[in-house]
Amino acid sequence: MTEAAAKAGPAGRSTASTPTATERLQRLLALVPYVVSRNVVGMAETAEAFGVTERELVDDLNLLWCVELRSPDPYCPIDLSYEGGEIVVSEAEAIGRPLRLGVDEASALLIALRMLADLNLPSISDGSALSRTIAKLESAAGSAAGPSAQVAVQSDRSLQSAAALVTDALTQGKRIHISYYVPGRDEATERDVDPMRLLAVEGSSYLEGWCRLRDDVRLFRLDRILAIEVLDVAGEVPASAEQVDVDHGLFRPSPQDVLVEFELSPAGRWVAEYYPCEQRDELADGRLRIRLRTPDTQWVRRLALRLGEDGRVVAPPELVAQVIADATAALDHYA
Amino acid sequence: MSRRKTERLLSLVVCLLSARRYLTASQIRDAVPGYPESFDAFKRMFERDKDELRELGIPLETGTNTPGEEEYGYRISRQAYELPEITLEADEVAVLGLAARVWRRAELAGAAEGALLKLRAAGINAEDLSQPGIEPRVRTPDAAFGPLWEAVRDRRPVAFGYRAAGRSTAQQRRLEPWGVVNRRGRWYVVGQDTDRDAERVFRLSRIEGPVTFTGRAGTVVVPPDTDVRAAVGDTGADQPVWRTCRLRIRAGAGYSLRRHAISIEADEVPGWDVAELNYTETGWWSEHLAYFGADVVVLEPSDLRDAVIGRLKGVLA
Repeated sequence: MTEAAAKAGPAGRSTASTPTATERLQRLLALVPYVVSRNVVGMAETAEAFGVTERELVDDLNLLWCVELRSPDPYCPIDLSYEGGEIVVSEAEAIGRPLRLGVDEASALLIALRMLADLNLPSISDGSALSRTIAKLESAAGSAAGPSAQVAVQSDRSLQSAAALVTDALTQGKRIHISYYVPGRDEATERDVDPMRLLAVEGSSYLEGWCRLRDDVRLFRLDRILAIEVLDVAGEVPASAEQVDVDHGLFRPSPQDVLVEFELSPAGRWVAEYYPCEQRDELADGRLRIRLRTPDTQWVRRLALRLGEDGRVVAPPELVAQVIADATAALDHYA
Repeated sequence: MSRRKTERLLSLVVCLLSARRYLTASQIRDAVPGYPESFDAFKRMFERDKDELRELGIPLETGTNTPGEEEYGYRISRQAYELPEITLEADEVAVLGLAARVWRRAELAGAAEGALLKLRAAGINAEDLSQPGIEPRVRTPDAAFGPLWEAVRDRRPVAFGYRAAGRSTAQQRRLEPWGVVNRRGRWYVVGQDTDRDAERVFRLSRIEGPVTFTGRAGTVVVPPDTDVRAAVGDTGADQPVWRTCRLRIRAGAGYSLRRHAISIEADEVPGWDVAELNYTETGWWSEHLAYFGADVVVLEPSDLRDAVIGRLKGVLA
């Protein structure tokens, strides 16, 4: 599964590429306190935590052990051993504690933690763990925490009741029933869903679940869930259900989808920002040609009506004809 | 040689952290192996090393041991270097793990990873303890995010090309940035527009070409009590003026319109209903109604009706 592959190694740090001298220095300055704070620690565990092979770890340890200062008298400030697969640092000299957090480091965590607080999901906001962690990090980071206040990620807080029910169902492993609005077809559908995950991506929250109406994994935007009920039935997600790869964009078109081509005026350029495009070409006068793939052209026809002269469908021809027929039928009511 | 350089930098850090006094350049050269014999070559290499250590956030201090001493020396204060003691409870470690995943593959992913590494080094067991079933993510698809974050962090003014909504070309803008905010999944930068001499908000996806720094770090002054969230949330519009429209909606269609209707009743024409809805802006609302095509007909007001007809005719133009 793609998600599992993405999890390999701490946050995707590549072990294949050679680090620069300063990157390696950062690792060494963290390695000593990592061992010191644990007294004794296994080689395998340490290598995994640092995203290196055991061979690279041995090389790091040798490098540390070989550090020598020559003046006033030569001495080796760091003493350690790694016999029998366990590391012990007996002399760490001045580098027994990790370096302070930098501004980027403190900010990355603080911005993310405040975003989670803003999401206000019951399962992570209950028990004040978020506010306690934020306070501890701010205090540990000191002045490096300052600039993080200049960045904020806001989430849509109008969805908390739906999110609360979804997380309830998730933690209890229950099936849910939802009324779900499908804007492309302008209709509400009723379906049972076995929840898999709650995703909060790109400003929207989604329920990912096994849809028993479609017998497939589907994403449901929480703001389109009209009603939700937790059923007294255990959820059953088939082992074959594949999670959506959150880190590569939620909506990935399939080659079987229809390839739609739009020409947008400057006033219609927002379309290229809202929908994932396969290709975008700048034309004269600030006009833009975009191509996107979609399994369902219903919403494209509606979008074309909405755009009017700000955007025109130019391909495929049958869709162009449908849009013209739609506009003509709508105008007939005003004749 | 990268390994020799790592060894030299590491020795330098240990040497300066262990020193109780400021060490002069010559004392450092005597103590730290790996520097060249020639004093000029040593000085050049030492200058580069100092810069690289400072870039890592290592607080290298310059000073003299006694007032009036001629030659400056260097040291690293342990207190300034060391991460203060920090311990986290199990539930705090869990939310930290979740927070570290938020940036995955986005701009600050490396920084989040670096922070986690230091916290692990401080004894925190921050293994992947994310809450089951919850995946929060922030994405930074706009190339302008990186330089704008740097500008906000370092308080530097910037310039960039910006294509405002509906404009056919990009205009060069100059900004003293105060903050970067993600709202409904989109990134915005807020600050003082130095050409317009007013507070402005720009959407990052509409920035074209590179963002360039136009002044030194520390020169931007963020007004006290600036709330960057509020600045982006405030569209600058006055209180909305609500108007009411009457629509004919085909039975079984216009689901989202019906949900927000003030009243709905069956029309004299079978198969149709008449609904009343409130709206604020004719332009946006006419686009929204055109979306429903032949399922929705505007009865009144006439300016809204004309706007929808104009949209639909635009399709055929």
